[in-house]
Amino acid sequence: MIVPFSHILLLAGVLFSLGMFCALARRNLIMIVLGIEIMLNGASIAFVGSALHWQQLEGQAFVLFILAVAAAEVSLGLAILLHAFRRTGSFDPEAYNSLK
Amino acid sequence: MTLYGFLFYVLAAVVTASTAVAVTRRNLVHAVVYLIFSYFGTAMLFYLLGAPLLAALEVIIYAGAVMVLFLFVVMMIRVEASGEHFFPLSQWIPAALFSLVYLAAGSVLMLAAPGTEIPLKMLTAAPRDFGLYVLQNHWFFIEVISLLLLVALIGALQLGRKQEGLSREEEG
Repeated sequence: MIVPFSHILLLAGVLFSLGMFCALARRNLIMIVLGIEIMLNGASIAFVGSALHWQQLEGQAFVLFILAVAAAEVSLGLAILLHAFRRTGSFDPEAYNSLK
Repeated sequence: MTLYGFLFYVLAAVVTASTAVAVTRRNLVHAVVYLIFSYFGTAMLFYLLGAPLLAALEVIIYAGAVMVLFLFVVMMIRVEASGEHFFPLSQWIPAALFSLVYLAAGSVLMLAAPGTEIPLKMLTAAPRDFGLYVLQNHWFFIEVISLLLLVALIGALQLGRKQEGLSREEEG
C-alpha cells in the first residue's frame, strides 16, 4: 500500500505550477526553458501515478514519449537560444524586439 | 501509514522543495544543480510507483543528459547574474490570489473524486515486460520519436552552422 491517487495528483499539480511560475515570471530564457522541463516532469508523475491507479501500461509508455519530446525540445530550444544570444548578446526576452 | 507511504511523502517533500529553490535562484548554475536533485527524487518516485525502467531513463536522460546540456550552455556564456528583476509586489498580489483560488478548487476536486481515496497497491512493471509492451503496441510511435530526434539533431546543427555564415556575411 502506498498513498491515495489524489496525493500523487496533488504533487504533480504542485510541480506543474512551480514550472509554470518559472516559465512565466522569470526574465531569463534559460530559466523559461527550465520551467517547461519542470512542467513536463510534473505531467510525467501524473502519468506514472495513473498507470498504477488503473494498472495499465499506457501511462508509462506515454512517459517514455514525453522523455523523448523533452530531449528534442531542449536540444533545439537551446540551439535557438544560443543563436539568439549571439545576435543580441542577452538572454532577456525583452532584448528581442527587432525583426531584422 | 506504511513504509512506502512514508517514503512517498519524504520524496515528494524533497522534490517539491528542491524545485522551489531551483525556480527562485538567480544564479543559473545553482538552479540547474538543484533541479538535478529534483530529478533524482522524481526517479525514485517512479521506482516507488512501479516503473523501474522509467526511473533509470529519468536519471540517464533528464538528470544526466538534459541538465548537463543546460550546464554547458550556462558555462559557455557569461551571463550577467544580477541583471534580472522580478515583478513588483503590486502585480504579484492578484496573480497569487487567483492561483490560491485555483489551488484550493483543484485540491478539493482531486480529493473528492470517487475512488481516489483508496491507497494504491504496490505493483511493478518489470523492464522486460514494459519494453515488450511498448514495442508490440507502440512500435510506430517509437519510429516517429526517432524521426523527431533526427529532425531536432539536424535543426540544431543547422542553427549552429548558419550563424557562422551570417557573421561572415556581416563582417564582409
